[in-house]
Amino acid sequence: MAVEKGRESLRVVMAGHVDHGKTSLVGRLLADTLSLPKGKLEQVKAFCERNARPFEYAFLIDALKDEQSQGITIDVARIFFKTTARDYLLLDAPGHVEFLKSMVSGAAHASAALLVVDAEEGVRENTQRHGTMLSMLGIRHVAVVVNKMDRVSFREDRFLAISEEISAFLRRLGLEPASVIPISAREGSNITARSELLPWYDGPTVLEALDRFPAEPPLEKLPLRLPVQDVYRFTALGDQRRIIAGTIASGILRLGDEVVFYPSGKSSRVATIEGFPKPPVGAARAGAAVGFTLREQVYVRRGELAVKRGQTPPQTSSRLRASVFWLGKAPLEPGRDYVLKLGTARVPARVESVQRVIDTSTLRVLEGRGRVERHEAAECVLAMSAAIAFDRAEDNVLTGRFVIVDGTEIRGGGLVLESLPDAGSRQRERVILRNIKWQKGLVPREQREARFAQKAALVMVSGRDDGLRKAAARALEEELYRQGRLVYFLGIGSLLYGVGADIRGTAENHEEDFRRFSEVAHILMDSGMILVSTAAELSQADWDIVCNAVEPDRAVAVWVGQKGGREESTNLKPDLLVCAQDKAGVVAQVVALLRAKGILSA
Amino acid sequence: MDHLERLENRSIHLLREAYSCIPNLAMLWSIGKDSTALLHLARKAFFGHVPFPLIHIDTNYKIPEMTAYRDRLALEWKLTMIVGRNDAALAQKRTFPDGAVDRITCCRLLKTQALKDVLSGQGLRLKLNHSTGGYEPDPSREPYTGVIAGIRADEEGSRSKERYFSPRDTESRWDLGDQPPEFWDQYKTDFAPGTHVRIHPLLDWREVDVWEYIDREAVPTVSLYYDQGEGRRYRSLGCHPCTSPVESTARTPKEIVAELRTGKFKDIAERSGRAQDLEDRGTLEELRRDGYM
Repeated sequence: MAVEKGRESLRVVMAGHVDHGKTSLVGRLLADTLSLPKGKLEQVKAFCERNARPFEYAFLIDALKDEQSQGITIDVARIFFKTTARDYLLLDAPGHVEFLKSMVSGAAHASAALLVVDAEEGVRENTQRHGTMLSMLGIRHVAVVVNKMDRVSFREDRFLAISEEISAFLRRLGLEPASVIPISAREGSNITARSELLPWYDGPTVLEALDRFPAEPPLEKLPLRLPVQDVYRFTALGDQRRIIAGTIASGILRLGDEVVFYPSGKSSRVATIEGFPKPPVGAARAGAAVGFTLREQVYVRRGELAVKRGQTPPQTSSRLRASVFWLGKAPLEPGRDYVLKLGTARVPARVESVQRVIDTSTLRVLEGRGRVERHEAAECVLAMSAAIAFDRAEDNVLTGRFVIVDGTEIRGGGLVLESLPDAGSRQRERVILRNIKWQKGLVPREQREARFAQKAALVMVSGRDDGLRKAAARALEEELYRQGRLVYFLGIGSLLYGVGADIRGTAENHEEDFRRFSEVAHILMDSGMILVSTAAELSQADWDIVCNAVEPDRAVAVWVGQKGGREESTNLKPDLLVCAQDKAGVVAQVVALLRAKGILSA
Repeated sequence: MDHLERLENRSIHLLREAYSCIPNLAMLWSIGKDSTALLHLARKAFFGHVPFPLIHIDTNYKIPEMTAYRDRLALEWKLTMIVGRNDAALAQKRTFPDGAVDRITCCRLLKTQALKDVLSGQGLRLKLNHSTGGYEPDPSREPYTGVIAGIRADEEGSRSKERYFSPRDTESRWDLGDQPPEFWDQYKTDFAPGTHVRIHPLLDWREVDVWEYIDREAVPTVSLYYDQGEGRRYRSLGCHPCTSPVESTARTPKEIVAELRTGKFKDIAERSGRAQDLEDRGTLEELRRDGYM
């Protein structure tokens, strides 16, 4: 079981209907290639004898008590095994429909599959479901194994009938089976060696079919995609480096590369690619879990996607069309809140529309059903609460697939078919361009902020009581100034007749006013400043404009007084709801929040 | 990228996911080769730092070299070191070496119970004081919501069914029939209050991979793994009453790799020297369902 250095390895998932003999095939493969630990076969045989059960090769794998009593594999087992050509990790997925979600887990780690069909029973419901799932999960290499040929007297006509049926089915899914192999796991026919019992078959054995699967594709040839996992500054441990950490999904990261982070569009050059305990390196490739520092500091966070300037940029939107499969007991449907996780991005999402639903066993298309039930697949439009960066799955599957969390559980997954325009598209494009063209000075923002023991932020005070809201905002500025902070009261009214002079008196200038306000705020925040502003009954749409332009985690919305009343002004989700009756109470609560958020320190 | 590099990168990715997504994270360090390799991976993942505490469950029956080695590395690498122990069971002598209970019950009390108590904050937590080198009660009672453990899928049957992010209920129990799906590098990182998650970055590693890695990266390991001239060494480390050395003259990680690949241990299971595994088929799985590592 030793692995030689530099050997190829491949992950292969076992799929098929319950009782069609996937686990027996795996057991037989291990036994016939002498991949079992010494004594294991004897131990399991002795166990069967003690319990008066006929020995089956599946028992080798189904090592758990539960499974042997129920006679089905509960979960995906990982089995290592090797041929002269390469190493394999076999994922033995369960066949029972209740455990389909585990199959998905197993299949999702694999790049090739063996689909097992019973020669006697033929193609069954789960054979089709698993086939559909394999296609939806982007597994392109499938070999079909027709098992239990001993039960049909090794008849060629029976094999050909099944072979034709399953091949036609897979072709409809866009999958061409690499081979269809008649075998008997029980008799050991056509597993590692050709069988005299099947003289009419001249194709590969199972072992040969495995070795013929192409190696996993070279991801480093694709454009650079590096989802930011985190930004580390272990200052408490005496380390001043600011390291951006993440695993390279595709492409190559090199020293000196200009990297652009999406969706923000911020850019900088790679100063070092860090190593421990080894010294920094010059380049890192797809699959590497790296950490790098930047020449000019830009403020990025988990969820952004680092790409290389000059290479194809990713899509950026809060709306996308996707092919989705669903495993939850409760259906996937519009009107409910989910969370979408793509790469390292994590964002609240809703189903905007369900375009068509596919019954995974019959592949029948159900139009106009409006929801996706358990074990169904569908084309949906998803709307997220903020824009994220991604690719179409056909361009880069690693950044083109996502999972959907319902409550606390992952209940489904999907592949991105296309990016759709959203309300913020135009503004976001401008912001990305602005960030790409941004001119940096020599004093990093972080140093400016450190001087005042603060982080740049925008505090927007809103509410229905005009007097209290305005007084509280001004009192907050005064209090922060008294504390020695770099702070400024930026009234929206201060901008209307100067910065906004050219659009005064034109129709529909409200959004543009907010956009210009946000851009001015952005410049001042880049100087390390805390801004205090106020707006009457701020709507979420207006606040979204602000959050698209400045760093959203530095934008703090405060609502003063009772919420409720008119719908348009109450859809704002503020960071803080203050019920205090006087300005001092408001200021105290806002200062506490700013401390909790790390905007104020010391 | 070769096989070991692939394993290494994947493990680092998992460690970083855990650190970014799970509040109140800790890592189990049994002093054995697997969790020590994992500790090395953590130092790589965080560029020389280990930004979460390490927990060692002391059964009082650990081989003495293990504790000495633990404290030496903890001081040298500036680790936040927490030790948990079931003092009640030890005081009442409810242990296998005292002849009061069987091996399995002893494991349950000294390891599983001690671990549950240190995780929940209800039991003894001793923290290493780096200026004195001694252990003091840790004032923090905050429960840990994520625990990184160095188990491998190839160790035995029940571990091959594990997830990278494996949820445990409020009683630390493992519900094997209802595990979350894990795909596309996305893991369960949302939890109901009171539950916690076990993170298993070494799941895809095999025994020989660990030794090759220890050799390649020069990871310091406790001397018990190597023959000191008596023709015996430990292949798997546990409590001395239940762990026996194996006959072997391997003195270095390289010699152990050779032994595992082509030598006498080529086809012999690693935990064959662990007595508690042999008492009943399925024992370890039962212990694990109950919260054992």
